[in-house]
Amino acid sequence: MGIVATLKQKLFRWQSDGTAPLRLGQRRVFIVPSRGGLLYALALVVMLIGAINYNLALGHALVFLLVGLGIVGMIHTFRNLHGLIIAPGRSAPVFAGEKAHFELTLDNDRHSPRLGLELEAEKGNPVHVTVNRKKAAKLKIPVTAQQRGWLDLPRIRLSTRYPLGLFTAWAYLQPAMRCLVYPQPIAAPLPSGLPTPAGGERTGDGGQEDFAGFRERQPADSPRHVAWKASARNGGDGPLLIKQFAGGAQVELMFDWALTDDTLPVETRIGILTGWVLAADAADTHFGLRLPDATLPVAGGDQHRQRCLEALALCRP
Amino acid sequence: MSTPASEALDRHATPWLFAAALATTAPHAIHQPVWLTSLSAVLLGWAVWLWWKDERLPGRWIIVLLVAGGCAGILAEFRSLFGRDAGVAMLVMFMCMKLLELRSRRDAMVIVTLGYFLLLTHYFYSQSIPTGVWLLAAMWLVTATLVRLHGGPASATRDTLRYAGMLCLQAIPFMLVLYLLFPRISGPLWGLPTDAHAGKTGLSDTMSPGSIAQLAQSGEIAFRVRFEGSQPPKQKLYWRGPVMEQFDGTTWRRYEGRHPAAKLETLSPPIRYETTLEPHNQPWLLALDAPTALPDDAILTGSLTTISRKPINERQRFRLAASLDYRFNPSEEPPVLRRNLALPDDSNPRTRALAAQWRAGNAPEAVIAKALALFAADFTYTLRPPLLGRNGVDEFLFQSKRGFCEHYAAAFVTLMRAAGIPARVVGGYQGGEYNPLDQYLVVRQSDAHAWAEVWLDGKGWVRVDPTAAVSPDRIETGIADALGAGEPLPVFIQMRADWVRTLRYRWEAINNAWNQQVLGYDPDRQREVLARLGLVDTDWRSLAIALGSACGLLVAGLMAWALYQRPERDPVVRLWHKALRHLARRKVDCAPWETPHALLQRVRAEQPDLAEPFQRVVDAYLAARYGNTDNPLQPLRDAIAQLPR
Repeated sequence: MGIVATLKQKLFRWQSDGTAPLRLGQRRVFIVPSRGGLLYALALVVMLIGAINYNLALGHALVFLLVGLGIVGMIHTFRNLHGLIIAPGRSAPVFAGEKAHFELTLDNDRHSPRLGLELEAEKGNPVHVTVNRKKAAKLKIPVTAQQRGWLDLPRIRLSTRYPLGLFTAWAYLQPAMRCLVYPQPIAAPLPSGLPTPAGGERTGDGGQEDFAGFRERQPADSPRHVAWKASARNGGDGPLLIKQFAGGAQVELMFDWALTDDTLPVETRIGILTGWVLAADAADTHFGLRLPDATLPVAGGDQHRQRCLEALALCRP
Repeated sequence: MSTPASEALDRHATPWLFAAALATTAPHAIHQPVWLTSLSAVLLGWAVWLWWKDERLPGRWIIVLLVAGGCAGILAEFRSLFGRDAGVAMLVMFMCMKLLELRSRRDAMVIVTLGYFLLLTHYFYSQSIPTGVWLLAAMWLVTATLVRLHGGPASATRDTLRYAGMLCLQAIPFMLVLYLLFPRISGPLWGLPTDAHAGKTGLSDTMSPGSIAQLAQSGEIAFRVRFEGSQPPKQKLYWRGPVMEQFDGTTWRRYEGRHPAAKLETLSPPIRYETTLEPHNQPWLLALDAPTALPDDAILTGSLTTISRKPINERQRFRLAASLDYRFNPSEEPPVLRRNLALPDDSNPRTRALAAQWRAGNAPEAVIAKALALFAADFTYTLRPPLLGRNGVDEFLFQSKRGFCEHYAAAFVTLMRAAGIPARVVGGYQGGEYNPLDQYLVVRQSDAHAWAEVWLDGKGWVRVDPTAAVSPDRIETGIADALGAGEPLPVFIQMRADWVRTLRYRWEAINNAWNQQVLGYDPDRQREVLARLGLVDTDWRSLAIALGSACGLLVAGLMAWALYQRPERDPVVRLWHKALRHLARRKVDCAPWETPHALLQRVRAEQPDLAEPFQRVVDAYLAARYGNTDNPLQPLRDAIAQLPR
């Protein structure tokens, strides 16, 4: 590690393992005059010269008061960050090309509000936030997800110019947070004539064609399948009901890595598989996934979909 | 022109900028040309209207045209773009035009900085207490604007104002330290523009009928005097200004040539005093007759006037001494005497005839007595004398018989010269008002006076005040008593009620303290104050050290305040935090969303040996926090004490 890297590590490191809340101390907050502050300083110099030249006693007093105001403004800008508690939160998976949102909680245990805070993970994409006195604020920091896989939260610059804008105080944060990025789906027609391991038709609960009656809703059932009208009968006091069908052909698909055109680039093939997974899930079709480094048996439901997408995101063919 | 989102100005911040612009420019309307005030008002109104209607701001070329037009106007008005008045006019105009260009926070910062700058320019015109208070309020508003700009829409108006007020109050200790310790340089650093001291009034160096009467209608303070020891009687206080020896029939003027040095013989012990002159743009110090000790940068002319080497164009303090009884030039040079006998050839024939009649067979003292008796008989002392024509002295003596001090002085000197007695007019101030609250004698423009001086063989120049013959009150108590009701004096001078007078004394004493202590804080006074603080023989280096350490102390104090964390009030929560610190030492951090039980679960998994004692802490904490026990703290304290180190 070079000197610069060591220094950075020392200055900006997160306490403990990066998952605990962090309180900003003196050594983490940096402060420099802003552009507005430099303009202000220049104006003060000119004013002082004017006051001396024209022998204005009150002119001296005004310049000195403004110098004092500048110093006080610096301390207050510093104070606006000092003692702020930052706790990492969670982040929902996104598809590549979307914005990943990392959730942070800013906790202010002081009796005065902290205004004008700005958090920036990517240049030109800041989040503005205010934390009221003795309150916490949750915010989401957007980061563009470009590649599938794990996206680590980049270093965040937490800065403020409040109250006077004459100084910029900032601190670098690097909480250990990551967000899973699913591959970008590519719309492609579902492969036809796939071999389905179960082989053709089945009767029973999975069917979708002929209405066969109601059953009580289990927590695993999607709310989309609830028979709202039937459930609302008897004053709506009974349990939620699910329509049951019988006799329909249940198609089960197996998305195999080998089914995609092997002349295409790897990422495109993964994209196509992702598109299939999404399409099958939208059609409520059960499916399985076979990747070079993982195989997921045929199943349905949100959790299965998530597992498949996760496998695709982390796939290393 | 596109602006990044972070720099964009929110709509509701704009009225603050309008208010700041108005507060910093409006007071200039008092002394600026009307067209400029109207232009500024129109620009400001336009900006407000555009904001109200949410319309687009004018294009660049319109702004360029406006700037060019405004500069041309200022150039035509002031004949320059620089200098004091033109510079202020430019600043006011730019402030209003910048409002039409208000797009981003950066523009807003320019407006705020301009606003702070404009506050300074008001001190060119007045440094009184009300100006100071008004500008403090304006500074508060500008600062609040700055706070609002950076706090965004989340900062409510009241909180913004309160916070800005707090910032300004915290800045005051810095101001005091800097004011006391910042090395003072007595300016100017370079030549001042010619208009730097415009508009300062005072006694002029010529005298014509009505010139002093006009000045006397002003209640403005000319100078203040503090005597060391007891105060001499009022009727002996003649403050000498210019001595006027040349007369052209209407106007009296100073003799511009060289005078022989004054030969002064003092007959009474000197009276020491300190005078604080208001600026009047003339060199004379208005010293008490006759000056015996002068400050370093002043000289005594041959006609006994004390003058400074440069005009008094700002408030200045001088230490002087005077002897009230004196003999001045008992032997005078013949050219001086000849000059003081000259009269314009063909003017005022009746006056000459009267004087010639008095002269026959009479000693000069007798002629003087005759003249004073004439005035005392049936002349009136008034600020509103009738206008006089070409033979002014004749008309005054034989027809109108109404006049102010300059009429009497001029008529008396004319009579004396016609009677062969060298005589001249002396301008200055007479008397003053003693303020019992701060022991200062206040001399106003309304105390402006003119008297005569005659030269008598063996006695030298002797003061004769013909006004005293007409109206003894003028000399003994003051102008307000000498004039009848309805004379055009300032109202407050005429008001004689005791409470008004007390109020006025108090106000003037405060103003004087302000002038002496605050405005008059110059390099000399700074040295005095620092010596009293124990810093003797300061140079800039020791001042810099003192200044640095004082400011450092203030910053440290403020930092301590800023970084101080108020301890948690609830003792139960405080103890719980203590327990968490124990855990943190064992590498278990409590996440903000974790309940005590959830944390306990994690402790069981990560630090099994801690689980048992921590279980007791959690139980005691929950009992103390939510249970109904008599002494909830003790069990919690015990449980925490039992946590392994």
